[in-house]
Amino acid sequence: MKKSSVFRHTLGLGLVAGSLLAATSCTKDLDRTPTYDLNTASVYKDAAGYQAVAAKVYSGFAVTGGQGPDATTGDILGIDQGTSDYLRGLWSAQELTTDEAVIQWGDPGVQDWHNMNWTPSGVLIQGLYSRILYEVTLCNGFLAQATDANLSDRGITGADLTNIQRLRAEVRFLRALSYYHALDLFGNPPFATEADEIGGTTPPKQTSRAELFAYIEKELQEIDADLAAPGQNLYGRADKAAAWTLLARLYLNANVYTGTDRYADCATNAKKVIDSGVYSLMPQYRNLFRANNNTSKEIIFPIVYDGKKTQTYGGTTFLTHAAVSGTANENWNPSLYGIDGGWGGIRTTPRLYQQFPDTAADTRAKFVTGGQTLEVTSQTTFQNGYVPIKFRNITSTGGPGSDLVFVDSDFPMFRLADVYLMYAEAAVRGGGDKNLALTYVNLVRARAFKTPSAGAITANDLTLDFLLSERSRELFWEATRRTDLIRYGRFTTGAYLWSWKGGVAAGVAVPDYRRLFPIPVADLSVNPNLTQNPGY
Amino acid sequence: MKHSYLVRLLFLLLFACAGFTSAHAQTGSISGRVLDEANQGLPGVTVVIEGTSLGNSTSVDGTYSIQNIPAGPHVLIISFVGYNTQRKDITVASGQNTAVVPVVVGENTTLLNEAVVVGYGTQRRQDVTGAVTQIDEKQFVKGQVTNPEQLIQGKVAGVQITTGGGAPGAATTIRIRGGSSLNASNDPLIVIDGVPVDNSSVTGAANALSLINPQDIETYTVLKDASATAIYGSRASNGVILITTKKGVAGEKLTVNVSSQASVARRYNSVPVLSADEFRNTVAQVAPGKVGLLGTANTNWQDEIFRTAYTSDNNVSLTGAVGKLPFRASYGNLEQQGILRTNRLIRNTGSISLNPILFDNTLKVNVNVKGSIIDNNFADNGAIGAALAFDPTQPVRSGAEGYGGYFEYLQSAGGVPQQNVPRNPLPLLELRRDRSTVKRSIGNAQLDYALPFFRDLHANLNLGYDITRSNGSNLVDSTAAAAYFNRPLDPTLTNRQGGSFNRYAQSRDNKLLEAYLNYTKQFGETRLDVLAGYSYQDFVTTSPNRPTYLADGTTVFQAASINPFRTQYTILSYYGRANLSINDRYVITGTLRNDASSRFSPDNRNALFPAVSAAWNIKNESILKDNNTFSDLKLRAGYGITGQQDVVAAAGSDYPYIQRYTLNSLRAQYGFYNPTTGAYEYFTPYSPQGFNRNLKWEQTTTYNAGIDYGFLDGRLSGSLDVYYRKTKDLLAVIPIALLTNYTNQLVSNVGSLENKGIELNLNATPVQGEHWNWSVNANGTYNVNKILSLGPQAPGFPGIYTNNGGTIGGGTGTQIGIYRVGEASSSYYVYKQVYGADGKPLQDVYADLNGDGVVNSNDRYVYKQAAPPVILGFSSNVSYDRLSLAFTLRSQLGNYLYNNVNSQNGNYNGLTGQPTVVNNVTQDANYTGFTTTTQERYSSDYYIQNASFLRMQNVTLGYDAGKIFGNRGNLRLTAAVQNVFLITKYSGLDPEIFNGIDNNVYPRPRTYTIGLNLSL
Repeated sequence: MKKSSVFRHTLGLGLVAGSLLAATSCTKDLDRTPTYDLNTASVYKDAAGYQAVAAKVYSGFAVTGGQGPDATTGDILGIDQGTSDYLRGLWSAQELTTDEAVIQWGDPGVQDWHNMNWTPSGVLIQGLYSRILYEVTLCNGFLAQATDANLSDRGITGADLTNIQRLRAEVRFLRALSYYHALDLFGNPPFATEADEIGGTTPPKQTSRAELFAYIEKELQEIDADLAAPGQNLYGRADKAAAWTLLARLYLNANVYTGTDRYADCATNAKKVIDSGVYSLMPQYRNLFRANNNTSKEIIFPIVYDGKKTQTYGGTTFLTHAAVSGTANENWNPSLYGIDGGWGGIRTTPRLYQQFPDTAADTRAKFVTGGQTLEVTSQTTFQNGYVPIKFRNITSTGGPGSDLVFVDSDFPMFRLADVYLMYAEAAVRGGGDKNLALTYVNLVRARAFKTPSAGAITANDLTLDFLLSERSRELFWEATRRTDLIRYGRFTTGAYLWSWKGGVAAGVAVPDYRRLFPIPVADLSVNPNLTQNPGY
Repeated sequence: MKHSYLVRLLFLLLFACAGFTSAHAQTGSISGRVLDEANQGLPGVTVVIEGTSLGNSTSVDGTYSIQNIPAGPHVLIISFVGYNTQRKDITVASGQNTAVVPVVVGENTTLLNEAVVVGYGTQRRQDVTGAVTQIDEKQFVKGQVTNPEQLIQGKVAGVQITTGGGAPGAATTIRIRGGSSLNASNDPLIVIDGVPVDNSSVTGAANALSLINPQDIETYTVLKDASATAIYGSRASNGVILITTKKGVAGEKLTVNVSSQASVARRYNSVPVLSADEFRNTVAQVAPGKVGLLGTANTNWQDEIFRTAYTSDNNVSLTGAVGKLPFRASYGNLEQQGILRTNRLIRNTGSISLNPILFDNTLKVNVNVKGSIIDNNFADNGAIGAALAFDPTQPVRSGAEGYGGYFEYLQSAGGVPQQNVPRNPLPLLELRRDRSTVKRSIGNAQLDYALPFFRDLHANLNLGYDITRSNGSNLVDSTAAAAYFNRPLDPTLTNRQGGSFNRYAQSRDNKLLEAYLNYTKQFGETRLDVLAGYSYQDFVTTSPNRPTYLADGTTVFQAASINPFRTQYTILSYYGRANLSINDRYVITGTLRNDASSRFSPDNRNALFPAVSAAWNIKNESILKDNNTFSDLKLRAGYGITGQQDVVAAAGSDYPYIQRYTLNSLRAQYGFYNPTTGAYEYFTPYSPQGFNRNLKWEQTTTYNAGIDYGFLDGRLSGSLDVYYRKTKDLLAVIPIALLTNYTNQLVSNVGSLENKGIELNLNATPVQGEHWNWSVNANGTYNVNKILSLGPQAPGFPGIYTNNGGTIGGGTGTQIGIYRVGEASSSYYVYKQVYGADGKPLQDVYADLNGDGVVNSNDRYVYKQAAPPVILGFSSNVSYDRLSLAFTLRSQLGNYLYNNVNSQNGNYNGLTGQPTVVNNVTQDANYTGFTTTTQERYSSDYYIQNASFLRMQNVTLGYDAGKIFGNRGNLRLTAAVQNVFLITKYSGLDPEIFNGIDNNVYPRPRTYTIGLNLSL
């Protein structure tokens, strides 16, 4: 009994002591950190980490999130993940709003593009705006860590240092590209650089279109020294030619953005690309948009996709599937496109088809017409409207891509034919050599026509109207149309109409304020520095 | 509840104290016996001398004795859970044993002295100051109950329990007094035998709680207001459910209990789609060009995919005491088929509890171990949607070899399947093997020690764990058309292409350490109960990274992620409670808890959750003491603050404040092509994640006032509570200023919402007699939920679109719900349908509500809500001698449902939309005549339908055969029907869907059960 009593007292004291001891320890267990995820210090500890984040910056144009297209959430929230893709958003804003494309679907806001009745609360506008500025944030985050001081602190030297300095210039190019899209689409977006904190609560200031124009111009000029010479980088990474092409596009539209013509600057930069000598037109137009277009010498800067490794329901996967009927029949064989089946979404208005005076002679004029009507009686009927055959998940030799759902084809963000046509337009507008312009345009047309000489034009043919049409013939569905129409004053006005422009079957002019998209109301709500674009 | 473990504990506690009260002066002893109304000895009854700590409890035959009582007059208090407390004047003679005449106690429904399980201990019901409802086994829902939470469905005011459909072990959503959060968890905290369990979803088990055998559960206690829940601090905002399992009782003889039941479940209604003949007629009229696509069969696809399902549920338990060791051991086996073909659940459960009391009753040990193994055969619920849309004129089987012999739409005869067409529902089930095995064990060892020198003080140590292991695999046969295109086309493989196979696993290892000191002392008329403690709980979840293969099991179809999954969080807490009862009239309770959660940064990690409440037992005031009308009258009022730290649903991780970089999956790499080598250089990116370093607790302030009443000796009793709950610093996913973070929407502390409501609970015993007895329970809740603020908003900001976690079938990107200031958080946001003169909706015509001449997304408006403002429950139990008939009715009023079945299939687009196939449509298509409509129809208020309902949850007929082996063996036979009837105006299958979106819902069957229960 006595023994038991001692035991009991020991137990009692033990319990009390144990309780007190327990209560005073363990607080350090509250500092739980992710087991596999890294923090800023561990990511940027070596060159491989920088490279991996730079890859994220690049992939921001291609994929919708870090965990694959079927993950429950992507980078951008509040929107269907496949729709949140950079290119799908950009393409919709640049093409669905014009004569080049209509879409069958009725996902909320999808028809607003073509009907030109989008609103500041539209989920698709908000998704595109968020995606573009998210991309800028990725760039800012990388650049804040990639300063020379940080690289030196982290002991990165030699070839690693050179590579990261080059990546830094490339990321600045990518940021300029995204800011250019913001400039072109939204005009006056919020603005931040690597000097601004990420994770803070201070909302960024709004910038004006003119200020942003100057910033992009300056950035592209500043990085010129650090970027690789044209063609000297890996395909997919930006080089000097990519920056020059973006400058050319910026200058070509300078009057829209700032009210001041910069055609000579456009021509100069376009010519630098052309004169670099490393780019040449793809011998066959159709191969520019196929699964192995990475071997093209024409593409200056692509968004790179892979059916297995870089998967998205946006990008060229969207552009390929959406332009194929949802059901197989004699007119539609999905295997000709290298895909499992179509999504039955996008077609074109009669305007694009009619840009081609002779669809038999021009290899660019490939349309599915069987079972389709030329006229778009109803936007939501896939059989209304001819369907261009452009992006296909088969190689130049006809073999399939690596996956039947996700497409291998890269998207040519910039390519040589566009540069030729930009030079030509700048020249016709008084900024360059018209004879050279004629040569360039005829190069583009010679490639396009089955009989190369059949496409040749004369100096008299080289008018601004011709060039706008030629851009449409050459570059349709490549996300430049809206910008081109605005530059020609034909986007909102009654000067040029197409089916269902402004939501009316015959087409109707819409107010000029629709040349800019609205700042989404979600951002206006949380950023008191922002003012809505006029008209909205 | 004759063998109340808790009362025993209480008694032993008292006895322990008594044992050390030395008897200086003249003392005597008493002995007697307590009988029930049938004059049977009643064991386990607490008998105490009023105003002292002297007492005892009755033994198996109902006898008791108490020693060392000071001589003189005393009042003996005889109390037992479920019985009226009796007070008896006695006189104790010095040095003698006084025999007390046998006392007969009657059953009581007010349960005034019932020991109520509360956080960290028990309280006498009269000392409870918060809104607490305790439901014991007698009141549980009977019949085939697979998930423990179904036991109390419809039984507790303020508690909404919604099963996720009719699949065995389907996930259940529990809401107590509405949801207090927008994006953070709205689930209550569930504590099983003192172990707060991780109720987040388990990979491979639809419902984490389904791993608990309902047969092992003795009581449910629902803590509803802050004064009751604040002791659980940061996890208490959505209420707390305490589950106590059955235990052995000291001195009890060994009892074997065998229960066995068998059930048959049948589908009792169908989604109204066109029959084969109706379909032929409709196609001929609407799409005459498609008649050629029709087949010659008459197939009712819903009949094909569903079946009559059988269930057996067998349980055996052994309860009693071996020497000084009371114990209970149980084993249960459940084999339940789902009504959807191939769906099945097998559950084996075992539990052991040991409750010895050692060292002269100073050390109470309580060891519980529960284990279960579930084998699931999941069915593809997509087959349900496919069965609605599939052409009823097509046969189940093609007569050909390909695709498992099932009919499928092919691109050409004998060719490959068509894309974007419905798949035959049968092979979705039959050509898929989706199995999982989930093992879970929850256990704890609790030591309660009365300190040797200070016996009023108890030290309590509780060590617990909750471990889950799940493993599963999912094989889609290579002949299945649904997974045909997983492999690039290979012409040499005919009718047998990709398929898919993947395996998955998850481990959860959660551990608990709690230690508290409890001091209980009666000072004359004043009773003090003070508790102070510490708690440490750690949660770890891991999953391996595995690839998805083609059905051959070797060809990788989707690469594994690079890192496995692992997450961990820890909660560390200090808590205290003081309960002071004066004269049994005035009770004050104060609680305080400090929680620190690893989910927040060190600056925001700690939070203090206080609560204070008071009760006034008016019945015990002298004016009412001898009043026979009132048997109970108590006023309660409480105030408290609770928190919410479960941000995972909103933030997507346990580390929302840390700037993380997540390695991308191998499907989200980026590559650069090297023309020189002809090869790509691929990089796997690190994705920086959005983070909120200022994130902190969500705080809910609750005000509660209640009245507990009892009339006519408890024949009529119940409670009425009113509450107001306001949650601020909502953990909501909201848009943030772009360029400030690596996301466009971030979990933030913003805005506030409120819930206010009334709860009424009424128990009545209209008939109480020798043969006839009838008791009823009615409960009702009225709850109004409103969002008060969502942070700054620019003009034109409509709110935050949401689908409440659901998806809209067919309507990509459609979000049917909205979080909007001034509206309920489950509000719908829709177009206003315009109707024709005939009362039918006009196709694609919606009201221009803002009058700007254009109908666009700005014309949507807030219309109705998914959450029911009114929830009603009604239970009745009538018995005549040994025969009893019980039923439970449940009702929800004012809730609306989005009929996604009709918005997707209720138009002729199914007939005309695709050139090569025709799809079945619902009867609504013939009513509206909608042809090809725009996608706006997915957002039409036409499809928001009144989903109020009245459901008879179950009806049970019981027969108590009594002792079948002479003096031993108690046999009870039952027959039950579940889901007896459903009254609703809702046009779809079943109006009870938690997130408000009706698509592909697994029908809840009608179940017929017979059972027997034998005690030996």
